[in-house]
Amino acid sequence: MAETAQPSVASATHDLEAEASHLRHHFATPEQQLDASTLGMWTFLITEVLFFGGMFTAYTIYRFLYPAAFESTSQYMPVILGGINTGVLICSSLTMAMSVRSAQLSRYKSLTTFLILTMIFGATFLVIKYVEWHEKWVEHHVPGFNFQYPEYPQYFYHAQILFFLYFCMTGMHALHMVVGMGLLTYLLVQSIRRVFNSSYFTPVEMIGLYWHFVDIVWIFLFPLLYLIGYRK
Amino acid sequence: MKHHVDSVRSYVGVWIALLILTFTTVTVSHWDLGEFHVVVALLIAFVKASLVAWIFMGVRHSAKMTRLFVVAGLIWLSIMILITYGDYRTRAWDYQPQPWAQTGGAGVVR
Repeated sequence: MAETAQPSVASATHDLEAEASHLRHHFATPEQQLDASTLGMWTFLITEVLFFGGMFTAYTIYRFLYPAAFESTSQYMPVILGGINTGVLICSSLTMAMSVRSAQLSRYKSLTTFLILTMIFGATFLVIKYVEWHEKWVEHHVPGFNFQYPEYPQYFYHAQILFFLYFCMTGMHALHMVVGMGLLTYLLVQSIRRVFNSSYFTPVEMIGLYWHFVDIVWIFLFPLLYLIGYRK
Repeated sequence: MKHHVDSVRSYVGVWIALLILTFTTVTVSHWDLGEFHVVVALLIAFVKASLVAWIFMGVRHSAKMTRLFVVAGLIWLSIMILITYGDYRTRAWDYQPQPWAQTGGAGVVR
C-alpha cells in the first residue's frame, strides 16, 4: 500500500540538512513540528465548520418552517451545472491529494503539474458558478433585487429565504475558493522554486487540508440547495 | 522524516467512489421518497465527506489529538444545529389550548 522513497546516502544527508533548516528551535523533531501544524490547521478548519454551520443552522430552521416553499425552488436550480461543479471539485481534490503525494516523494515536476491541474479545476468551478449566478439574475431569482416568482405567488416571500441562503452559502463558498486559488498560486511559485521535498512539505499539506475542507462544504451544499424537492 | 505516503490506487479509488456517489445522489433525488428524501441526501453527503476526510485529508494517519479535535468539531456543529432545531420544533407546544386553561372554567380567579 504505502510506498516509501529509498534515499541514497547523499540524498539522506541532504534531507537531514533540509530538515535542520526547516525545524524551528521550539520543536524537538520535524514530526512534532508537522503534528503541531496539522493540529493548528484542523483547529482553524473547525472554526470554519462552525462559520458555515451558522448558515446551515439557518437553513435547517427555515426549511423546517417553510418546507413547501423550499421544495418549490428545486425546479429552478441548475442541477446539471451543480452536478458538473461537484465533479470538478472532486477532481480538484484528487489532484490536490496527488500534489501532496508528489511533494512527499520529492517529485518536483509532478508537484507543479498537479498544482496547475488543481488551479485549472478551481478556475473551472468559479466560471461555472458565474454562469449559474448570471442565470439566476436573468431568471429574476435574486432575492431583494429583482425577485419574481409568478408560478407560486403564495411562496413569493418564503422562497426568497432559500434563494437568499443560496447566494450566501454559495457566495461564501466561492470566496473560499478564491482564497484557495491565491494559496495555490503561492504553492505553485514555491514549487517551481523547488522549495518542497520529502523533508519539508508542510505548506502543501496544510493548504491541501483547506482545499479538501472547501470541497466537503460543497458536498453538503449541493444536495441541500439543488436537490431539495422531489422532481420527476 | 518518516511520514505516510498513500498509494495512487487509494486516491483514485476514493475519486471514483465520490463520482459514483455524486451520480447516485442526483439519481435518488428523482425518486419519491417522501420524508426520507433529505435523510438519504444527507447520508450520501456524510459518506462522501467522510471519504474525503479519511483518505484525502489523511485523518487515518493523523495523531490522536487531531482526531479528537475533528470529532469535537462535529459535536459542536451538531449541538448548534440540533438544539436550535429542537427549540423551533417544540415551540408550537406552547400554543396548544389546554382544556384546563380555558377562560371561564373552574378554578379561574375572578
